[in-house]
Parts: sequence; C-alpha cells; structure tokens
Amino acid sequence: MIVKPKSLLGAVAAVLYTPNSFANNEVRINLTPGISDMSQKVYDLHMLVFYICVVVAVGVFSVMLVSIIRHRKSRGRKPATFHENVKVEIVWTIIPFLILIAMAVPATITLLELDNTDDSELSIVVTGSQWRWHYNYLDYDVQFQSILATPNEQIYGRLPKGENYLHEVDRPLVLPTNTKVRFLITSEDVIHSWFVPEFAIKRDANPGYINESWTNIKEPGIYRGSCAELCGQGHAFMPIVVIAKEPADFDIWIRSEEQRLAAEAEQEEKLLAMEMSKDDLMELGRNIFLSQCSACHQPNGQGIPGVFPRLAGEGISVTDKQAHINIVVNGSSGTAMQSFKNSLSMSELAAVITYERNAWGNDTGDLVQAADIFNFIQGEE
Amino acid sequence: MSTAVAESKDAHDVHQHNKPTGIKRWLFTTNHKDIGTLYLWFSFLMFLIGGSFAMVIRLELFQPGMQIIEPHFFNQMTTMHGVVMVFGAVMPAFVGLANWMIPLMIGAPDMALPRMNNWSFWILPVAFIIMLSSMFMPGGGPAFGWTFYAPLSTTYSADSTALFVFSMHIMGMSSIMGAINVIVTIVNMRAPGMNYMKMPMFVWTWLITAFLLIAVMPVLAGVVTMVLTDKFFGTSFFSAAGGGDPVLFQHLFWFFGHPEVYIMILPSFGIISAIIPTFARKPLFGYSSMVYATASIAGLSFLVWAHHMFTTGMPTFALLFFMYMTMLIAVPTGVKVFNWITTMWRGSMTFEVPMLFAIAFVVLFTIGGLSGIMLGVTPVDYQYHDTYFVIAHFHYVLVTGAVFSIMAAAYYWVPKWSGVMFDEGLGKLHFWCSLISVNILFFPMHFVGLAGMPRRYPDYALQFADLNAIISVGGFLFGLSQLIFLVVMVKCAMKKGEPAPAKPWEGAEGLEWTVPSPAPYHTFDTPPEVK
Amino acid sequence: MTNKQQQDNSSVITKLLAAVVIMFAFGFALVPLYEKFCELTGFNGRTENTAAMTIEGMVIDTSRTITVEFTTRTDRGAPWSFRPEVQSITMHPGELKQVNFIVENHTNQDRMAQALPSVSPGEASLYLNKTECFCFEQQPLAAKETAIMPMRFYLDPDLPERIHRLTLSYVMFDITNQMKDAPKIADVPIRGKP
Repeated sequence: MIVKPKSLLGAVAAVLYTPNSFANNEVRINLTPGISDMSQKVYDLHMLVFYICVVVAVGVFSVMLVSIIRHRKSRGRKPATFHENVKVEIVWTIIPFLILIAMAVPATITLLELDNTDDSELSIVVTGSQWRWHYNYLDYDVQFQSILATPNEQIYGRLPKGENYLHEVDRPLVLPTNTKVRFLITSEDVIHSWFVPEFAIKRDANPGYINESWTNIKEPGIYRGSCAELCGQGHAFMPIVVIAKEPADFDIWIRSEEQRLAAEAEQEEKLLAMEMSKDDLMELGRNIFLSQCSACHQPNGQGIPGVFPRLAGEGISVTDKQAHINIVVNGSSGTAMQSFKNSLSMSELAAVITYERNAWGNDTGDLVQAADIFNFIQGEE
Repeated sequence: MSTAVAESKDAHDVHQHNKPTGIKRWLFTTNHKDIGTLYLWFSFLMFLIGGSFAMVIRLELFQPGMQIIEPHFFNQMTTMHGVVMVFGAVMPAFVGLANWMIPLMIGAPDMALPRMNNWSFWILPVAFIIMLSSMFMPGGGPAFGWTFYAPLSTTYSADSTALFVFSMHIMGMSSIMGAINVIVTIVNMRAPGMNYMKMPMFVWTWLITAFLLIAVMPVLAGVVTMVLTDKFFGTSFFSAAGGGDPVLFQHLFWFFGHPEVYIMILPSFGIISAIIPTFARKPLFGYSSMVYATASIAGLSFLVWAHHMFTTGMPTFALLFFMYMTMLIAVPTGVKVFNWITTMWRGSMTFEVPMLFAIAFVVLFTIGGLSGIMLGVTPVDYQYHDTYFVIAHFHYVLVTGAVFSIMAAAYYWVPKWSGVMFDEGLGKLHFWCSLISVNILFFPMHFVGLAGMPRRYPDYALQFADLNAIISVGGFLFGLSQLIFLVVMVKCAMKKGEPAPAKPWEGAEGLEWTVPSPAPYHTFDTPPEVK
Repeated sequence: MTNKQQQDNSSVITKLLAAVVIMFAFGFALVPLYEKFCELTGFNGRTENTAAMTIEGMVIDTSRTITVEFTTRTDRGAPWSFRPEVQSITMHPGELKQVNFIVENHTNQDRMAQALPSVSPGEASLYLNKTECFCFEQQPLAAKETAIMPMRFYLDPDLPERIHRLTLSYVMFDITNQMKDAPKIADVPIRGKP
C-alpha cells in the first residue's frame, strides 16, 4: 500500500541498463555516452556515481522499511531507550567519507583529462549572441552565423512540427572526425552556454572573456545541442548543430565554403549595380524581418515597450533614414540591438530596412538599395 | 524594548482587557504568536501564488510549441516562481514557525525584540506587492531567473529591475531583523536550567540558521546594489568593457546563494528532529552529533559556492577544491539521516500525519541529496548543469524537503496553535495525494535532464515531449492537492475539530506541550523550571 | 524586562549589527579582492594594461616554439572594421615580436576606440608581456582613416611547458559617446600609417 520510492529506484536502475542507440525522437532517459573518448569517460563516471548512490539509497531505505514494518506500536512494541553510541556514529562518518574518496579519485582523473586543450589541430571561435551562434574557423577564411531554422509557424502551431523541431539550424558547424578540435567560446552580449551532450561539452560564453574547450569526434554524424544559460526570450531558440565528416570530406567542404563565401561577396558586388523593385524589396525584407527581427520587435512591429523599440508608426523607421541604416548595420552599443552587417548581405540589409520603413502603415516611400548600404558602409552620405 | 511584565502567576489576566481586536490587533501586534500566525498565513498565500506561476509554466510546457504565453512572459514566470517560493514562501514559513515555537520551547514569554518583530513581518507584504506589481510595468517584470545573472539583469533587462532590487533590499532587511531577534532571544531568554545542550533541535537549527542569515544576507544586499548601479548609475562591476567581469557576479551571488539554500533546510532538520522522536516514542539518537553535524554543514556551506559555476571557465585547482568540498558536505548530512533512522529503530511508531510527512522527508530529501552528490562531481556536472537534472535535484530537497517539513510542522503544532485537532482524514488525503503527485512531477525531471533538456526553456525538441506531459500532469495534481491542505488549515483556524489537549501526541517532549491548547496569548510570563 | 536583560540584549544586538555591517562591506571588498586574484593568477585571461619592460640580455629559448593566434571582434555599434594583419605567428619564448592590427574607420566622423584584450588559456596571460600595445590607451580614429596599430610583445621564458599555443583576442569598442571632449586627432597615437 505504501508507495516506496526505493522500489521506484529499482525500476529506474533497470531501465537505465538499456542501450543508448536511440533514434532521434525516441525518449531518452539517460546521459548519452557520446561519440568521443572523453564523453564515454564522463558517461562511465556518471554511471559509477549513480550506482553508488543507488546502493546507498537501497541500503538506507531498506533499513527504514524494516523499521516501519516491525517497530510499530500496533505490533505491541515497547520503545527502546538508547539514544547515543559514539562508536556507531564514528563508523557512519568514516564509511561515507571513504565512499566519497572512491568517487573523488576517478572524478579527479577524468577532470584533469577534460581540461587539457593542448595540441589541438583545428580551432573554432564560437560566439554566442542574442539569439544565435557564430562560428569562425581560425585556420581558414570561413565564418558564418548559425540560426534556428524552425519556422515560427511550427512554433505557434500553425504547421506540424518537423522531426528536428528546435534542433535545426540554417548553417551547421562542420567538423572533421578524429581531429582534436579546440573551441574558443565567448559572447557578444549576455552570458550564453555552448552545450553539445554528445561531446560532453558545456562551457559558458562570457562577454569579454574566452573559455576554451575541446573534443575529438570519433564517428561521423549529426550532433545537436542547446544554449544552456538563460539569455533572454530566445534562450530556447538558439540550438547548435554539428555535422562531423571524415577529414577528407571535411577538406572538400571547407574549400567549397571558402569558395561559396567568396562567390557571395562577388555576387554582392554585382547586386550593387542593380536596383530591386519595391515589391521585391518588401517581400525579401518581410521574410528577413520575420526570421531575424520579429523575435524582439514583434511581427507587427510593435516591439515591447521599455525593452524593444516600436517600429510601427514611430521612431527611426519613419524619420532618419541614415540613422536607421546605421543602427541595423552597426547595432547599438550597450543594448540588445546587434550589428547585422556580418550576418546579412547588403541586399538583405537594404530589403529589411525598406520593409521597416514601409510596412505597418509607415509608408515613408523610402526605398533602400544594396548600393545605399554599400555607400553607407564606405562612409559617403 | 517591551514594557515590563509583572511577575505574577495570573499575569496573563492582567492583559486580557487590553487585548486589541480586529485589524488593529494584527497591524500593531508585538505578540510572537500573532506574528508567527501572520508569517504562516502570508507564506501560505505566497506558496499558492508561486504555485500558480508554476502551473502556468507547466501548462505551457505540457506540449512542445508556444500555446498560451510568449517566451518573455515565460521567463517572468520562472523568475517570479523562484523569487516568491524562496523569499515569500519557504523563508517566511520558517520564520513563522520560529516565532511561534522558539519562545515556547525555551520557556520565554516572547521574542527579545517584539516591536522589531512586527516590522520584520509587515515589510514583507510591502516588498512582495512591489515585486509582483513590477510585472505590470512596460517591459514586464524581472525575467532573468531568481539568480539574476549579469549582464542579463543589468544592461539587458527592463526598468522593472529597479523595483526588483528595492524589493530584495526590503526582504533582506526583514530576514536580518528576524535573525537578530532569534539570536538574541535564544542567547538571552532561555529559562533557567535550559542550557545550550538541552535546547530542542528546532531551536539549535534556527540558532545556526540565524547566524547564516546574518553572514550572507548583507552580501546579497551588496550584490543587488551593484546590479542597480551597473544598470542605472554607470558602474561596471560586471561589464568587461568597463573593466569588470560577469563571472564576478556569480561568485558574489553564490557566496550568498549557497548558504541561502542551507538556510532553507536547516530549520527542516530541526522539525524532523522534533517529530520523529515523538512518534517513535524514543529520544532523538545522537543529540550532540546532530548539533555538531548541523554546525559543520553551516560552516562547510561557505566553502562550496562555486559548484554552481563549474561551467564558467574556472581554473582546474578551483574546480577540484569545490568538488571535494561539495562532496564533503554529504558526510554530516548523512550522519543526520542515519540518526533519524536510528531514532525510529526499535521505537514504537504510529503514523499520524506529521509522521507521514517526516518519513517522506527522510526518504525524498535523501534522494535529493544523492542527486546533489552526482551534481558535485565536476566532469559529469558539465552534462547536468543548467538542465532539468538540476531542477529535479533542488525541487526534491526544497519541496519534498523543506516544504514537506513545513507541512509536517503545521500538522504537528496546529493543535497547539488553534486548540483543535486537524481533520485526520483530510490530512491523510493531503499527504497521499501530495506524495504521489510530487513524485510524478519531479522524478521524471531527472530523466529529461539527463536526456539533455536545458532549464528555463519555454519550448523544447520533440524527444522531450512525453516526459514533459507526465511532469505537467504531476504538477497540476500537486497543485490541486494543496487545496486540501488549505481546507484543513482553515477548518483549524475556525476551530472546527476535536478540542486538543495540552499534549495531543503521546510521545512528545518539550516545554511547548506544558501549556494549554490553544496556547494562551501570554505564556511563560514566569519562567518554568527546567531540569 | 529588567535592566540587566536590556543590557544583555544590547550587547548581543550590537555585535550582530556590527557583523551585518562587516559582511556588507565584505561583499564590496570582494570586488577588488577578486580583481587582485585574477591579476596574480591570470585566470580570467586579462593582460596588463601598462607596458612591460624589455629585459636586457633576455635569453631566447629556441628549444620551444609557441604558436600565437590573433582574433578580433568589433563591439556592436562600432562602425569600423578591425582585423589582424596575420592570423598567427610562431615564436620562441624570450623573443620580441611585433604584430600589426588594421583598423578602418568607415564613417565621416572622428571617433575614439578602446581595445579590450583577452588571452586563452587564461594563465598564459601572466607570461605575455607587451612592451607596446594599442590597447593601453584610447585610440582616436579620424574620419575615413585607416590605421595600422602595432603590438610588441614577448613571451616570458618561464611560460609553462604544457602551453604550446596562445590565442590573443581583441574586442574594439567605440567609446566616442563616452568622451566629454571630441577626440583630438593631434593627440599622439603610437602607430604607423599605410
């Protein structure tokens, strides 16, 4: 009749024996052993400590259970009177202490190994910001940002949720397997945290400081992680996706990335000469606004009073065009408004600013072209 | 100082005709029983308010996707849930129990500083009105977690942060004044013959808790002030650009924060140490080691704070130091658990409602403590930190720990407070409903945390959906179960129940059971004799 | 309450209030204490913001080769581009090297910049000695100016054996609005021009 947590614990222990090859959406209930040597060691340490705790719990609760059953008044027991015993107290001080040492030794060894970032072969600068990650391959000319790819329609229930709901991004981080990769983790604004369970990595991204971590991925595959430090309203919406490829495939990928980025830069140059129509600008601008700006400024441009400025019908979007361009391109120091010049192309910047200046009844009639953005960045007025 | 009390046997009659009634009684009371009652009802109200925030959270998390609230409001809910429960429910409940029971337990006529006592209470509703109403400001209320890390709470927060800071200062002052009152009372007003090693464990644990409060609440006051000045007055304590360091905030906060969680559990230990001997009809096993263990836990609590910060990028030697210290705290805590069980051993137990809650405490708090040991192992904490595993841990020690002990204390002492026995059937129903639902609510959180679900997330990936649905159902059931408790306590307050004798529990010991039930307005105007 | 009781109470209350005040002050004292600790141990990766002395006859340890990487970022709101001339160099402890950073002010206005350095691994910052660095001072940037900012440094030969690579990161902040007077271009910046 009495629901004893002890038996619940037993059930749990049994279930945790199950192997860890779950498909993407199956319900996991245990840590993953992950795909690196270190993650496996962390997992082993976790199971060791867990089993010790289970044994302790079972031992302690069994004694309680026996006592509850046998030492009841309803069985006619007369209570004993003993109330101290120094020897016994010493014993149950020393034994837990020894058990803790048994845990501390492997824990120390594992920690010392984990903290060693020497001799890495590839370095990635990981920068968190509200609410996206930015990756910079220090040894190559490749950098990009990585934004949640799940559309708002899925989040708000207007479309069914995809398989990798909230765990998918537009540009994943790609890494080579069997290579010691070093991560240099920092933030542009508030504290974030870069967490990939299968690498057993969780390291805070502190603004103004750098934290180091490393991994060596044994198996090619796709590994998904999350931001693990409250960073505002987008905290749950800035996932991490890492694709691990064999080194040869990684080389091919990184070369093609370098080419892609170079081609994009060239394309930008060409687009500078073109003028987009108002409809094209508004359509592109609206898409960008919804995916990049509406989290703060709200889809209807109303903002959140006192926190995120209203764009509909007031402020910079209906007045100073140059200031508007400046704040979107360069961001605003000391606020949550980040710089978009590295994350949007010039035509995208032009489109979103045009959209903001004409949507929601703003109707300034201003059209901003990529060339205007280019000129602004070059400093001409 | 309070007015002189005439030392005569019928001293309590002298004051009867002066006893105020109505609102004025409650606004101006300096009586420890009245103030205790105010604290307890206030904390119950805050428990229900904080609980309703949790219901909103669990409703949103029932399914993946955003269904009822926006993420920014969700962050306000999680923040306010934490602040209200910590500073509005658990701490004031313990202060209420201290006010009611400490003078009775040590044979004192009242607390040492009765007028300051009144202030300590009445500033609390003011503080919470300020805190809660800040949610209606433009930009919303505090949304940075009850831990309010900078720079989220400084540069990137709404203006309501000012009210948050102000409110924290007021709550801090209330706690400090309360702690001073407790210490002075215990040090100076024990009845003759009640030397320190004869005091009940509840008095001991509160004495030690009060010292912890004196030591760390001022540090909290310093930290919130730094947040205020960083945000509004151009200082850069926590901003790298200005030469500061956001990690410094965490060191300062947790230097307060870790002793704070012991502040929230030590009085529980005292309560359990009162209840188990009563219902086992056997003296507490190892009284002196219980005292020393409590003192060691309090001392060690100053040396473990950075175990909340293992992922911030601390140097290796610091990680090791804090890991070892954290694991060490398990030793005195274990001693206490073993002593309680040994108290039960070969006793003659009955299982009235207070005992049911006390036994559940021992089991479930131990589970919370064991997950705490797991969290203290640094390399694995990298996987657990900021996931639901942590939420599971601290809710086990705080809900099935602190809150269950408060409920146990309420059932245990309400006959003394109200003069009637509580409705046993309803009390048992409350216990079983709470026990089952609280485990449905919090146990699966261990799993979903191990599976990688971070905390403070308003929405989650699909593999976490099934467990979240179960957790939410547990939450709704647990919330509903507390309404049973409300009915039980309201019935007692309305004196609806069997009249209670001075000592309703056969195995109970202590001075509080020598006065009638309900306890007269003034007790121990003449100090009792303690052998 | 008797006089004696009142006195006993006052004595305890006074001590407790003193403890409260001391702990409040302690909270604030922890701020400079923490800074000192970080300075002494280098754990948070901050480097000195004053020039180090070059040591006469410093021995270059050719048995060790250390890789030093450079990475830059501009703070949001800063209207310039900022990058290192080279992404990394190799050097021996004890050797004095110069690296240049290039800053381009795109705007039509004179602005003032401040660079914030950070070293990883943190403890390496104790062994990174800069004899000259643009991060020591605020740097005025004229409108449309492209400036080359040098940084001269050496690695202390005591650099721990296990460190083979350092990463030096700079964030460039725009502090023009925080200056009371407009930045004066005539002020001496220690750097070359293209």
